[in-house]
Amino acid sequence: MKIAALANLRLEPAEIDQFAQQIGHILAYVEEVRQVDTSGVAPTAAIVVRAAVDRADVIQPCLDIADTLANAPDPDDAREEGGFFKVPRVLA
Amino acid sequence: MNGAAIAQLRDEIRSGARSATDVCGEALAGIDALNPSLNAFNTVAADRALARAAAIDADRDRWRDAPLAGVPIAIKDNLCTKGLRTTASSRMLDAYVPPYDATAVRRLEAAGAVIVGKTNCDEFAMGSSNENSAYGPVRNPWALDRTPGGSSGGSAAAVAAQLTPLALGSDTGGSIRQPAALCGIVGVKPTYGRVSRYGLIAFASSLDQVGPLTRTVADAALALGLIAGADAADATCAQEPVADFTAALTGDIRGTRIGVPRALVGDGVDADVSRAFQAALEVLAARGATLVDIELPHARHAIPVYYLVATAEASSNLARYDGVRYGFRARTDNGDLKSMYEATREHGFGAEVKRRIMLGTYVLSAGYYDAYYLKAQQVRTLIVNDYDRAFERADLIAMPTSPTGAFRLGERVADPLQMYLADVFTVSANLAGLPAVSVPCGFTRSDGAPNLGESHPIDGGLPIGLQLTGRRFDESTILRVADAYERDTEWSNQRPPITRP
Repeated sequence: MKIAALANLRLEPAEIDQFAQQIGHILAYVEEVRQVDTSGVAPTAAIVVRAAVDRADVIQPCLDIADTLANAPDPDDAREEGGFFKVPRVLA
Repeated sequence: MNGAAIAQLRDEIRSGARSATDVCGEALAGIDALNPSLNAFNTVAADRALARAAAIDADRDRWRDAPLAGVPIAIKDNLCTKGLRTTASSRMLDAYVPPYDATAVRRLEAAGAVIVGKTNCDEFAMGSSNENSAYGPVRNPWALDRTPGGSSGGSAAAVAAQLTPLALGSDTGGSIRQPAALCGIVGVKPTYGRVSRYGLIAFASSLDQVGPLTRTVADAALALGLIAGADAADATCAQEPVADFTAALTGDIRGTRIGVPRALVGDGVDADVSRAFQAALEVLAARGATLVDIELPHARHAIPVYYLVATAEASSNLARYDGVRYGFRARTDNGDLKSMYEATREHGFGAEVKRRIMLGTYVLSAGYYDAYYLKAQQVRTLIVNDYDRAFERADLIAMPTSPTGAFRLGERVADPLQMYLADVFTVSANLAGLPAVSVPCGFTRSDGAPNLGESHPIDGGLPIGLQLTGRRFDESTILRVADAYERDTEWSNQRPPITRP
């Protein structure tokens, strides 16, 4: 439940039991990894072959505002409200 | 159809022997006829494709030298296509129309390709059977009660059934190679950084790569050459020069050292797969390759490492689906923002995606990070080191692509762990960032039916794939060996029962 809340997921009661059991099985399975001797081994977060290349600091064309707002959950509202995405009330 | 099928089709179109419109119409007719059985396409872009084909026919001069002039292609539905619905097979993106093209898509269109549709896949590319799609499973053209593999199942089924000669897929833990193997076609997972990930809907950013699925190695080499290379829009895309992969297909593999991890491929492999794999090694040796025994002692940890690393990255990448800027938003009456987030994610994501987000959230959470995520990253280093050592003795490494042929739909749905084991031979190439290709190398014996012998290579059986893994940025060697193998065998010429006439 706590993990679901951290992930912004709401679950049905039946799902909670099923997921808890399945994730328990998966965690038991990955337990073998914790037994591997990794003393002094550096972690690999990503395979980076060459250092990233800087790009010129020049303004490039970006996405059109109308195109971007077209995928808003409420595109008409987004346009009418002056090009913003609308969300439910944040502050009480 | 051994050899350069795409180049042949393109030459017919460029010479005017066939019009791009006719070729496109035939592809669309094939999809109309077979997609009800296969469910390979989420979206068929008939009008868009015909308009594009007509434009190519109307301006033949402009497309005279285009390497894919008029060639119909399919795109996995997790690669953005500007103006063409892109769902990642998720309810979350059911109505999403991207405002931009993925770089790989843009490059293929610039080469003259005609996109006929978007292919079904596991939701957000999470799966090994295509059963996690919001639009239902894809069916294998070799046997409709079987999985095509996943997650690029629709791309593999479309190419195997000859609906298009080329489809793009993505591969995070085997999602191009495993469905290619299970559908009897060729699939390439390029070196990490070889192909831009710009416009690929992210699953696990340190593992994801875009690559081609085709019927022949020559076609894969052509397609890879077009999509590969530096891209300012993806900072992880390498500056490495792109070799002429087609020119690399010389057929000459004399003296090439092929490493075989005997201990790894000994256990848990279906007897038919083992037999086909051994026979494939003999074919390569007969062509002059040298087989050397190698060890990958940490490769047996690849699956657990993968499911820790990939789910951690996924939980972060999929945090963006919150119902604010695009995609599905759940209606909540009088709800606050947090309720909207939670309801959107509850109804927008399927079960496997939720399971992985939660596992990833768990392994990244305070108190468990070092025990799981950091540990997995350290074992990842050991797996990388294993490969680096093996490549001191071998120029490439051979393994089966999948431990079994295509399993039945529904067979592994209830047991996520069993499903994950389908990727036992493919995930380590992603963890180590290495290029790998799957090429057809035989068929299983059909259930209960007698083996009819050499003159009946299919015998109702299911395709088996040979996987060749290479050094970073050395796609040339694995493609050269795969092509040489293809020249000496007839597996790539076999056609499934469900195929375009």
